[in-house]
Amino acid sequence: MNKKVRVQATINGEEVEFLCEPRQSLLEVLRETLGLTGAKEGCNNGNCGACTVIMDGALVNSCIVLAVEINGHRVTTVEGIATPHGLHPLQEKFLAHAALQCGFCTPGFIVASKILLDQNPNPSEFEVREWLAGNLCRCTGYDRIVRAVLDAAQSQEKSL
Amino acid sequence: MQSFEYVAPGSVKEVVELLTANNGRARPLCGGTDLLVQLRENRLKTELLIDVKNIPELASIHYDPQAGLWLGAAASCYEICHNKFVSENYPGLVDAIHLIGGVQIQYRASVGGNLCNASPAADSIPALIVYEATCMIAGSNGTREIPVEQFCVAPGKNVLQNGEFLLAIKVPVVKEFFGAHYLRFIPRNEMDIAVVGAGASVMLDKTRQKILSARIALGAVAPTPLFVEEAGQFLAGKAIIEENIHEAAIIAQEAARPISDLRGTAEYRKHLCAVLTRRALEIAIKRARAQ
Repeated sequence: MNKKVRVQATINGEEVEFLCEPRQSLLEVLRETLGLTGAKEGCNNGNCGACTVIMDGALVNSCIVLAVEINGHRVTTVEGIATPHGLHPLQEKFLAHAALQCGFCTPGFIVASKILLDQNPNPSEFEVREWLAGNLCRCTGYDRIVRAVLDAAQSQEKSL
Repeated sequence: MQSFEYVAPGSVKEVVELLTANNGRARPLCGGTDLLVQLRENRLKTELLIDVKNIPELASIHYDPQAGLWLGAAASCYEICHNKFVSENYPGLVDAIHLIGGVQIQYRASVGGNLCNASPAADSIPALIVYEATCMIAGSNGTREIPVEQFCVAPGKNVLQNGEFLLAIKVPVVKEFFGAHYLRFIPRNEMDIAVVGAGASVMLDKTRQKILSARIALGAVAPTPLFVEEAGQFLAGKAIIEENIHEAAIIAQEAARPISDLRGTAEYRKHLCAVLTRRALEIAIKRARAQ
């Protein structure tokens, strides 16, 4: 076994420090070392998007990022999307539209949609579908997810 | 996953030294979207990953009106597609790079990695070939430069020797009356590997009725991305009429040596070669005329 490496990063706004092997994925460390089990392991090869997190403002599949690569960087997981004041509008709208069935893909969709709305507050349906092409859902058929994201965009616009 | 060590050096010199010292037991890491998957599946072995994406020469995208475009080998697809100089001057490159994976992959994957992975179906490579791009390769004897069409030698294999790695891709300045396009055929709307990909570029004369030069390259129809030089040569000096476009598409089709696999039969791929070459040429011509 390789010796462990010390990594320092900011996760969901908090400074964290952990030990990991270079071969460990960010997903593995988030779930098993740091207890952040929101990001899910679906395919573990970068296809399904269930493990999507934000790294320095960029969307990444945490299963194909090494934990050592986040040294000195900022990561946000689905646990960091809600605020002390309540759920994020995307989370509210996913609930309102019942945009999930088994819920396994939901954290990935919420995180991916957050970056979409940060960059493009009023996306078209096409833009939503294209942006979310890297997130797979085997239950809903996507329609309710897309409607929830569009509705969240509208409600954000109104509250501005 | 297999065990390995990880380093993130800050200079090209250090990478060359590490690669040379670890002769064949080390690999450069950029986005890892191919490499980490292959390591996890034991399709590749390594003892050391050298993270090169924070080295300035590899991370940068730089455009100079004289020297052209410098695409650092580690620059991400997302950064490239959203770069003002790239989207204004090289729309045919954006066509191809934008197709690689979903947003999560776009943010992480590099065009340098797409080249080094040397997949016959790599979307960026036919587009780079039609733009006459070159590979800047760093090694212990300095930097050497080769045309992109010579970089891949077999599926998953490239020309890099021990101690060498891909530093950047250089794309020449685009001149007036030039246009390029890349498109691919996949059975789904998004997120798939090309059954066939086709890139085309043309340089027109001032009247915009005649082709001065052209380049055509195909993906997923040979062991490596295929530069069909003879199709471009045929078009040089020819009028822009349907018969000539058709003939060039047939030349490209004849050059293709596809296999049958789960994505399509060899016969189907042959058919697609002609269709996609014609469409890529038509859009390349339209873009050249609009300039």
